[in-house]
Amino acid sequence: MSSKSINLTLKVWRQPGSKAAGRLETYQADNIPTDASFLEMLDIVNQRLTLAGKEPIAFDHDCREGICGMCGTVVNGRPHGPERETTLCQLHMRHFKDGDTVVIEPYRARAFPVIKDLVMDRSALDQIIMAGGFISVNTGQAAEANSLPVPKDKADLAMDAAACIGCGACIAACPNASAMLFTSAKISQFALLPQGRPEAAKRALAMVACMDGLGFGNCTNHKECEMECPKGISISNIARLNREFIKAALVSQEK
Amino acid sequence: MQLDAKIPAGPLETKWEKNCFDLKLVNPANKRKFEIIVVGTGLAGGSASASLAELGYNVKTFCIQDSPRRAHSIAAQGGINAAKNYPNDGDSVWRLFYDTIKGGDFRSREANVYRLAQVSNLIIDHCVAQGIPFAREYGGLLGNRSFGGAQVSRTFYARGQTGQQLLLGAYSSLMRQVARGQVTMFPRREMLDLVLVDGQARGIVVRNLITGEIERHTAHAVVLATGGYANVFYLSTNGMGCNVTAAFRAYKKGAGFANPCFTQIHPTCIPVHGDYQSKLTLMSESLRNDGRVWVPKQTGDTRRPEEIPEDERDYYLERIYPSFGNLAPRDISSRAAKRMCDEGKGVGPTGRAVYLDFAEAIQRLGQPEIAARYGNLFQMYEKIVAENPYKTPMMIYPASHYAMGGLWVDYNLMSTIPGLFVLGEANFSDHGANRLGASALMQGLADGYFVIPNTINGYLAGSRFAEVTDRHPAFKESVAEVVAKVKRLLSIKGKRTVQDFHRDLGNIMWEYCGMGRTDERLTKARKLVADVKAEFWENVTVPGSRADLNQSLENAGRVADFLEFADILLLDALARRESCGCHFNEAFQTADHEALRDDVNMSHVAVWEYAGEDKEPIFNKEPLVYEFVKLATRSYK
Ligand SMILES: Cc1cc2nc3c(=O)[nH]c(=O)nc-3n(C[C@H](O)[C@H](O)[C@H](O)COP(=O)(O)OP(=O)(O)OC[C@H]3O[C@@H](n4cnc5c(N)ncnc54)[C@H](O)[C@@H]3O)c2cc1C
Ligand code: FES
Repeated sequence: MSSKSINLTLKVWRQPGSKAAGRLETYQADNIPTDASFLEMLDIVNQRLTLAGKEPIAFDHDCREGICGMCGTVVNGRPHGPERETTLCQLHMRHFKDGDTVVIEPYRARAFPVIKDLVMDRSALDQIIMAGGFISVNTGQAAEANSLPVPKDKADLAMDAAACIGCGACIAACPNASAMLFTSAKISQFALLPQGRPEAAKRALAMVACMDGLGFGNCTNHKECEMECPKGISISNIARLNREFIKAALVSQEK
Repeated sequence: MQLDAKIPAGPLETKWEKNCFDLKLVNPANKRKFEIIVVGTGLAGGSASASLAELGYNVKTFCIQDSPRRAHSIAAQGGINAAKNYPNDGDSVWRLFYDTIKGGDFRSREANVYRLAQVSNLIIDHCVAQGIPFAREYGGLLGNRSFGGAQVSRTFYARGQTGQQLLLGAYSSLMRQVARGQVTMFPRREMLDLVLVDGQARGIVVRNLITGEIERHTAHAVVLATGGYANVFYLSTNGMGCNVTAAFRAYKKGAGFANPCFTQIHPTCIPVHGDYQSKLTLMSESLRNDGRVWVPKQTGDTRRPEEIPEDERDYYLERIYPSFGNLAPRDISSRAAKRMCDEGKGVGPTGRAVYLDFAEAIQRLGQPEIAARYGNLFQMYEKIVAENPYKTPMMIYPASHYAMGGLWVDYNLMSTIPGLFVLGEANFSDHGANRLGASALMQGLADGYFVIPNTINGYLAGSRFAEVTDRHPAFKESVAEVVAKVKRLLSIKGKRTVQDFHRDLGNIMWEYCGMGRTDERLTKARKLVADVKAEFWENVTVPGSRADLNQSLENAGRVADFLEFADILLLDALARRESCGCHFNEAFQTADHEALRDDVNMSHVAVWEYAGEDKEPIFNKEPLVYEFVKLATRSYK
């Protein structure tokens, strides 16, 4: 690591509350160490705002290591910023140049209303999971773990899908604000595993119906979701969802 | 303070079964009449909420984050232990029990740890049934890896994202119960007080983090699963929101706080590099399966690692601890790294780092295999440090990571307050003075899936409950206190930020109460912390209002509690007249710098009791009785 500092101009979405109007405010962010993460840059700016008697910028974050899915805003038009497969908390300032202007906004999607500044309500994602993103097993009912072998390639694919952190970047990236990548990742994880098969049809129908009901748009194959996903979730999951859904709609009695 | 651990009599192997049989049951129809509050949705709280709801209890679950899926358990990387003995390498319930007791330097309860080992296998069964994509071998069966402090391979894992996958499993079970109406979920709420009526825990007061409203919630029992307090060191591997607040407020209402000075420093983290830094990132212990730790033999050697020939490197863990080598337990590995750096052999720009080198493993197994095992960790390292660890050895240094200490609980996980149960990292129960890798996930899930559903009924069926609504005077009083504190924080309008104070506190704790402690330095730290605390209440500035989302205010409350709690941690460190596990008082060490226990005088749990504002807490102890294992000097040589 070799630390330098850079000066940036920030244009940050400020919105005092969910019902209030918001606008972009300009801040000068000078002397930002290039080894700092993007969120540490915001910390520095917030310290300065606080000491100047102003309200700091509200933004969501927790783990700061790319796994909790809590961070995520749109940076220069891209959810989680410019680096591929990198959450905002893992993005470091060395990827910016001295003098850059950086525009920071919340996701723009009907299903994700703004709460304050960059903080959004993403509870719609929990609702999709509630609709069927689980295997119905109560504690105590399980069989011995190795009594159910799972082919390694299937287990690996299930893990690829399960790596989703639920940040919602896919929805922010999609011109239709579709939640297909998120939903398909969960459906795929379970569809690939023998444990998930008994409820596969019911799950696909219920989760898709819930997603449609929450105001997310349709998938029209723009593939932007895959591009922006910080965990590299593949759109092949969407194809799998579609297969599961069609199969379910055709043969299932649970319509 | 009464400290009855309620350990069932009889042989170790049958204690748990006997306990479950002896506790009263609640019949299914009556379960509907009980409300249980669960605070926290990590592995412990998530699994407890789901399992209690499956039994038919009405559950109200709270968390700070916007979704229960984001609790800090999500960040656990390496794996979860169980005594399946799939590799046929000599493992057993007894060995897992023994390794954990020994790993904790003989400062935990035999009965609790044995139960943990017993239910460990059920956890794996349940998690597989939930669809958790654990790593598998080509034959489709589950794979294992090794972790520190064990000579068997008993760790189950899902790439470097085991905590994420286990948490998403618990979360999906929880959401299933939310959909059924059996759990009501309250995200973005912070518990700010515990409410007692007739001496029983009957509810909590929380702040709605979006509207700022102070809410009251009643219940017949309260389960705290609010995680650990490693952030008392400011920089730690924990998430930014991890706090001691919920546990500390319960302590102030009469819950004993056990062994607060048992704080784990993890040996393999990315070193500190700047004062703007907000957290330290863990590089999972699983890396020590294949990575070799070394420093240059010569002090002050500034050559690049690849320029240092093999015979000028000191693979000090392999040298000092030949039988465990790079898999020596955390406390021992951390201290060894510190010693190397203190001797001037540290590397990197600050001299506070050692190498973790994969060259030999890459040669042996090939880069693709290393990538398959640790790809996400290598990627994480590269993002932060901007160096490629496939080519250049990683630089690592110890960092604050985990709290073995926590609220005191009996065998049924009930605190000293009737009706207040504590699970997961928030309690003190199973790890003694040092936790072994991959055993926190095991404990959190054991507590939530298997222990609490079988012990809470004993309390509910065996107690009488007054009719309590949220209009009860106890709630009113508690709300008034909470509001007064919030107002006070906002009214100071001083000149320093909350983060600034937190950083000061962390620096003191790390410098004076970190890997090497002395009476003199601990005493000095008490004074320094008291000064920071005093200044905080005069000079902190908390912008914004209390009537909406205000992250500075949230943080201010947490830091205020850390400042108060830190003194108890320091007191506890002073009171422990020995070195054991993570607690290393330099006055108590062997000739070769290992921890020197005092089993005659110090074989106890230290439990601190709140005595009032600005009064020293009262010291109590629960003696540890070893009936089944022989206390031995812990050796990994
Ligand atoms: C980086 C990292 C890697 C790790 N890797 C491993 C590993 O490989 N294996 C292993 O066994 N262990 C590992 N651990 C340890 C393990 O992850 C934790 O000890 C464990 O997950 C804690 O679980 P928990 O449920 O007790 O608490 P947490 O997961 O921390 O959950 C706490 C919950 O309480 C809520 N909460 C806290 N305070 C309040 C409040 N005041 N009001 C309302 N809600 C509140 C939070 O919102 C959250 O939902 C790791 C830890 C870290 C930090
Ligand atoms: S803060 Fe957790 S993913 Fe960024």
